[in-house]
Amino acid sequence: MAQEYKLILKYADEPGYTPDIECYLRHGGYEGLKKALAIQPKDLADGKKLSGPEQIREDVKVSGLRGRGGAGFSCGLKWSFVDRRSGKPIYLICNADESEPGTFKDRQIIHKDPHQLIEGMIISCFANDVKLAYIYIRGEMPEGAKILNQALKEARAKNFLGKNILGTGYDLEMHVHRGAGAYICGEETGLIESLEGKRPYPRIKPPYFPAVLGLWMCPTIVNNVETLCNVKHIVEMGGAAFAKLGTPNNTGTRIVSLSGQVKRPGYYEIEVGKATLGELINDPKFGGGLRDGRKLKAIIPGGSSSKVLKAGEKFKLKKKDADGKEVIVETDMLDLPYDFDSLAQAGTMSGSSAIIVMDDSVDIVEALANLSEFYAHESCGQCTPCREGSLWMNKTLQRLTHGEGRKQDAEYLGKIADNIPGGRTICAFGEACSWPVQSFLAKFKDDFVAKGAADEERRAKEAGQPKSLAEAHH
Amino acid sequence: MSFKVTDSLEAEVNELISHYPVKRAASLMVLHAIQAEHGWISQESVEWAAKKLELPPINLYEIVTFYPMLRQQPQGKYSIKVCRTLSCALGGAYELHKLFCTRLGLDAHAHGPQTTKDGKFTVEFVECLASCGTAPVMMVGEKFYEGVTHQKADEILSGCK
Ligand SMILES: Cc1cc2nc3c(=O)[nH]c(=O)nc-3n(C[C@H](O)[C@H](O)[C@H](O)COP(=O)(O)O)c2cc1C
Ligand code: SF4
Ligand code: FES
Repeated sequence: MAQEYKLILKYADEPGYTPDIECYLRHGGYEGLKKALAIQPKDLADGKKLSGPEQIREDVKVSGLRGRGGAGFSCGLKWSFVDRRSGKPIYLICNADESEPGTFKDRQIIHKDPHQLIEGMIISCFANDVKLAYIYIRGEMPEGAKILNQALKEARAKNFLGKNILGTGYDLEMHVHRGAGAYICGEETGLIESLEGKRPYPRIKPPYFPAVLGLWMCPTIVNNVETLCNVKHIVEMGGAAFAKLGTPNNTGTRIVSLSGQVKRPGYYEIEVGKATLGELINDPKFGGGLRDGRKLKAIIPGGSSSKVLKAGEKFKLKKKDADGKEVIVETDMLDLPYDFDSLAQAGTMSGSSAIIVMDDSVDIVEALANLSEFYAHESCGQCTPCREGSLWMNKTLQRLTHGEGRKQDAEYLGKIADNIPGGRTICAFGEACSWPVQSFLAKFKDDFVAKGAADEERRAKEAGQPKSLAEAHH
Repeated sequence: MSFKVTDSLEAEVNELISHYPVKRAASLMVLHAIQAEHGWISQESVEWAAKKLELPPINLYEIVTFYPMLRQQPQGKYSIKVCRTLSCALGGAYELHKLFCTRLGLDAHAHGPQTTKDGKFTVEFVECLASCGTAPVMMVGEKFYEGVTHQKADEILSGCK
């Protein structure tokens, strides 16, 4: 039976647990940092020496930790790309922009356990020779920014930050930087531009990989809030022990944000892959099922950009059987283990681990129109396919939801969506805005066609009526 | 209305500038500080900030005109932001927004922020506020409200003096 597994949220919701440093220290806080700072250089068989920071970086690789921000990229690998020979300073930025619709997990950490994030960041900075770090928090979390600033002040007062941290000779400063309401600031290169005081126009890769040419053209690490918290636990328990949590290649825990039409929306931390989509939605420990009398229609499994899953869809998943032989197992969408790889095999993604549930009361065309409005509003406008495409998709969908649709709108939408992604844009927003449209159309095309056809029919009837009557109809 | 720089704003801005090795990086935080004190970002305030940051004013206008939270006009005393994105929409966000518009004599279908004639309220839709599990959600100024029923909305309004 699937269970919650609280690693990151171990204390956050305990009665009496407060965000101040004294409470954090009473719960074993900053022990991971002390341990990290005390790691002695290790002699390797080939005569080389591995410094403390290098050992932490190795351990993060061993842990299998994958980024919790959306792409699920290996954290250890990302850190290994950092240009350490340029002689330039290395920066670390915590991505606390949390703006992918459906996602509300970083908010819990920031508001309830800010020191866990700060400890994870200090360890990550120490491991990567970072002397200056920023927390980029979205503008609409003013309370979170205050809590973080207070926590930073407390950490400085205890010399977990600042000069000569705990007498080790290591210096680190950290500041909070607030966004101002633009989704694109969550994209790491847009975020960097924003931090530099410019419009958050994403940079093209290559050459602007943050690990080489990031903040002020210096090597920069950008990691999500939850990813950085995990680093603290990896140091405390060891990478190998961490890798035993979750499932192979999908290690550790994830905080799942569950919203939409379930009885118990909320955030649930699970071992990655140890609960299925169906359990997360229906199990009384998690979502508790749909509202009475309702049937499932669709699930957006990993934030608004992930491709929608239709109730009853089946997928062929590659699995290993008891003898380690690869077998193909037909799997219902509700039986998909909630992890990175299974959802990728189902043609979608676990993204920011945000599940949005829609029951049969939802008008699927309206749901997509809602999301399209989001993307049309949030495109930064640099790339023509994304700027124009997101606008036209939205216009078409607004027309379809306001009685002005046409039968061929579905096809038209599909054409626009197909012409945005695939290397035609600077950043992955291009994909993000077309995936919902492509997948909704692929799986619910009839709904779109029917809506357009009904509008056409109604308008034809109105055209045949005396004008005043047609107007009265509106 | 002329832009006066208080000692506390000056001190805050100096502190913010010290957080970055490159002054320009403080731009957004400085504009936040100005807006927090004055309610909006006037031409005079941009010019003052530009001097502080040793930038041509255009560099600040570029960002003032990009970010939805930065305002070039005075806002209502109470700024009401209702999340409109999918989870909140499923939870009744449009009805909630309409309730505010009806109560305050605004047009529920108008695009963008609307301010009441007496300058007391600004109402607008915003995108996902990262609290989708407690939909519908909204903010009044910096205060955050979750699971806002119509009754709660009326209480919030009557709490705005
Ligand atoms: C359009 C867009 C929006 C994004 N928004 C966020 C976000 O709000 N928070 C986040 O952590 N990552 C976001 N990302 C992913 C970041 O670009 C980046 O991959 C991530 O912060 C890396 O951290 P991780 O490796 O720890 O996951 C976004 C990406 C794109 C393309
Ligand atoms: S893909 Fe869209 S959001 Fe990304 S840089 Fe291009 S226009 Fe901007
Ligand atoms: S959709 Fe409203 S908070 Fe996310």
